[in-house]
Amino acid sequence: MLLIRCPWCGERAQTEFRYVGDAWRARPDDLEQAGEPAWFDHVYLRDNPRGAHREYWQHVGGCRQFVKVVRDTATHEITGTYAPHEEPNA
Amino acid sequence: MLRTRPYSFLNLVRHAFGGHRAWAPAWRHPEPKPSYDVVIIGGGGHGLATAYYLAKLHGIRNVAVVEKGWIGGGNTGRNTTIVRSNYLLGGNAHFYEHSLKLWEGLSEDLNFNVMFSQRGVINLAHSSSQMDAFARRGNAMRLNGIDAELLDTDQVAERVPLLECSPNARFPVAGGLLQPRGGTARHDAVAWGFARGADRLGVDILQNCEVHGIEVQGGRVVALETSRGRIGAGRVGLAVAGNSGRVAAMAGLKLPIESHVLQAFVTEPVKPLIDTVVTFGAAHCYISQTDKGEVLLGGDLDGYNSYAQRGNLPVISEVAGMAVSMFPALSRLRVMRSWGGVMDMTMDGSPIISPTPVEGLFLNGGWCYGGFKATPGSGWVFAHTIANARPHRLNAALSYDRFATGRALDEGGKGPTPGYH
Repeated sequence: MLLIRCPWCGERAQTEFRYVGDAWRARPDDLEQAGEPAWFDHVYLRDNPRGAHREYWQHVGGCRQFVKVVRDTATHEITGTYAPHEEPNA
Repeated sequence: MLRTRPYSFLNLVRHAFGGHRAWAPAWRHPEPKPSYDVVIIGGGGHGLATAYYLAKLHGIRNVAVVEKGWIGGGNTGRNTTIVRSNYLLGGNAHFYEHSLKLWEGLSEDLNFNVMFSQRGVINLAHSSSQMDAFARRGNAMRLNGIDAELLDTDQVAERVPLLECSPNARFPVAGGLLQPRGGTARHDAVAWGFARGADRLGVDILQNCEVHGIEVQGGRVVALETSRGRIGAGRVGLAVAGNSGRVAAMAGLKLPIESHVLQAFVTEPVKPLIDTVVTFGAAHCYISQTDKGEVLLGGDLDGYNSYAQRGNLPVISEVAGMAVSMFPALSRLRVMRSWGGVMDMTMDGSPIISPTPVEGLFLNGGWCYGGFKATPGSGWVFAHTIANARPHRLNAALSYDRFATGRALDEGGKGPTPGYH
């Protein structure tokens, strides 16, 4: 069972959360300026690393906030959890 | 090249008199050559099948299969062995049916028993609307020349005596869609059979050979950097499911794929209880019994990116719950073993078998959790694609650029969220 520390609710079981996915993706700011390649990259392409992965989980069984989680995709070890606007420590 | 004698009853008897000391290895362990016409990266079922069909059907024998571990040690050794072609969409139906027809002749063709057992696949329905949906899919299958039968509750109960079919069931069985020609096969045997077949035709199988880099010059692939040295390659085919993104990145490609973990479990072995494949209709769970007697169970993805080849408890508990609601007798059994694979989940849930923007580099991946049944079909069309540098009619729709051109093949209609497919 993955234990995820929600910044608002504390440490909770993974079953209280919905996996959202890659948190490195940034939606292009300007709809018109960005161009199709940037949109295509945002919607369809993923880095999908083996190792440290930044991802969002939504605490649907609690505060319903989005939690930014840094987790190793090879070992499942969670090294930090943050609010969406926070920058994870290196 | 070492010539191995065919497997036959006569040779079995011959070897028995010799104390079984003279069996030749099923495949060689050669040193890598400086270069090959084609190198397949990935020694799983798909990669080995590709090499076999390249040699057998296209006369291309200067081929190597490079595998970072041992052949069949990835998803080929980790699936729940189900083989079927009961798809709704035409593009998928024709492909999987081609694969099923190859399965039907495979043991004979490979001179290796892959234990393909056409014990049928039944998808359970739990409501009248689900029965309507299954009638639609069954009719689509039949219009495509694929066998399908719609069963009512009594017919399901007669075929699967241990199934809880009473009105008291948690999700009462309204009926089911049966594909009689579907079934199971021994996953390891498929890898070994294709490996032996390919080796006998001159293909070099290079195990413990991990690719660290792909050399691209002028937009064209020229060589691979591996743990066993540099290997020149005229054409390269990727069949590394789970690691597609990592290997494609070596050639500068970013893929529409997330790697997810899918678990599977076996119970302790018991006498025959279930002689067909049954899938649950109210949630995702599939059950069969191996020839060793273990009840084999699978369910949903864990739901998060993973390369760990294992998941954790919530899925085990869900699958066990569904299994026991379908077959209450299973509640007495202990789960003996659990494991996971690394699934290439694509943005539409359908695979990619296609040339790529890098000339001479071909991708066969994105199989989500449905790759095992496709093993012979995938190898067959991938061999064609590599030999001709363009797809076969059967994989033309499974293109690398379909997301950019608005031609996604989304059977489940779930959109670009890989984990939902």
